[in-house]
Amino acid sequence: MIQEINAAILLLLMVCAVAALQVRDLMGAAILFGAYSFLMCLQWVSLGAVDVGFTEATIGAGVSSALFFAAIFRTTRRTKD
Amino acid sequence: MRTLTLVALTLTAAFLFRAALDFPAWGDPASPAGLHVSRFFIERSYDDARTPNLVTATLADYRSYDTMFETVVVFCAALACFFIIRAAREACVANVFHYRHAPTGLVLTLRRGCPLPRLRGRFEQIDSEWTPRSVILETVSRGMIPFLQLFAIYVLAHGHYSPGGGFQAGVIFGASYILLAVSHDLRTLTDHVAERTMHLLAAAGVSLYVGIGALALWAGMQFMDYGWMTLAFGMDGPGAHSLGILLVELGVALTVCASLTTIFKLVSSEGTIMEGL
Repeated sequence: MIQEINAAILLLLMVCAVAALQVRDLMGAAILFGAYSFLMCLQWVSLGAVDVGFTEATIGAGVSSALFFAAIFRTTRRTKD
Repeated sequence: MRTLTLVALTLTAAFLFRAALDFPAWGDPASPAGLHVSRFFIERSYDDARTPNLVTATLADYRSYDTMFETVVVFCAALACFFIIRAAREACVANVFHYRHAPTGLVLTLRRGCPLPRLRGRFEQIDSEWTPRSVILETVSRGMIPFLQLFAIYVLAHGHYSPGGGFQAGVIFGASYILLAVSHDLRTLTDHVAERTMHLLAAAGVSLYVGIGALALWAGMQFMDYGWMTLAFGMDGPGAHSLGILLVELGVALTVCASLTTIFKLVSSEGTIMEGL
């Protein structure tokens, strides 16, 4: 992959990771976590690990977000800390 | 507490970065793994299992013990979810049911026992936190779900040649069911696939995987040696391994699909499997 795009993805990855921890709204955190997973998937593919990238895209960006949403809807949307 | 967490995280990150410096360079052919382990798999896997995708051959044949217990872990996760949050039938939360009369939009509230009453006519049962159904969402989802499921079957069947395999196929298939539950409601999903069927599928996947391995013992071979199929189906060794990989991946896909759907149903309905998101 082109070096600049790779660097941009890595930077976005870190931004997403920090933002997912910092944001107070858990729904936002779940969405940011999904975005993190998708960027991670791009990184796996650019490293040549296509199978791992595929799994990351399906589990990380897809199903785990749905599970997080389900859990948030049944508990609270605001963090306490 | 927050600063303490930050300090601990920074220290861990520093250690990880320090440790990463000792790794061989990425793609280095002279690294220890590249010298001994990789060469064996790259040279042997096609002749052993007739599977061009090295990852599938490694996961489902050379290291099938590892994958077997991963499947068991997914199954156990669904079981644990079931035992922890599945509410008993007597202790069902919703004791009041809501029915909407389709032409007038009138909502009836009935007090009933937990087994769902089947009302004839143009009444439809709705959730207590009901939002009007979106026609666009329902139609688009109905159009997408068959293609999602077809793609999942393709990923499963084509795992020997392209990225993917049982785990990814199971996740995509499960995601199509989750999409059905989200775009319609949980009742639509349980009407399509009953809860009991899902549990049976999850158990059947694990049984299929372990059964394929155990049948090798019956043929006098080692556990998880797919070579026994040469005796049973009269094919050559690599072909038997290829077929064994496909069957084992099918077991993984069944378990993963059923477990993920079960977990989503339980979490989204607080264990009652009646009113979802």
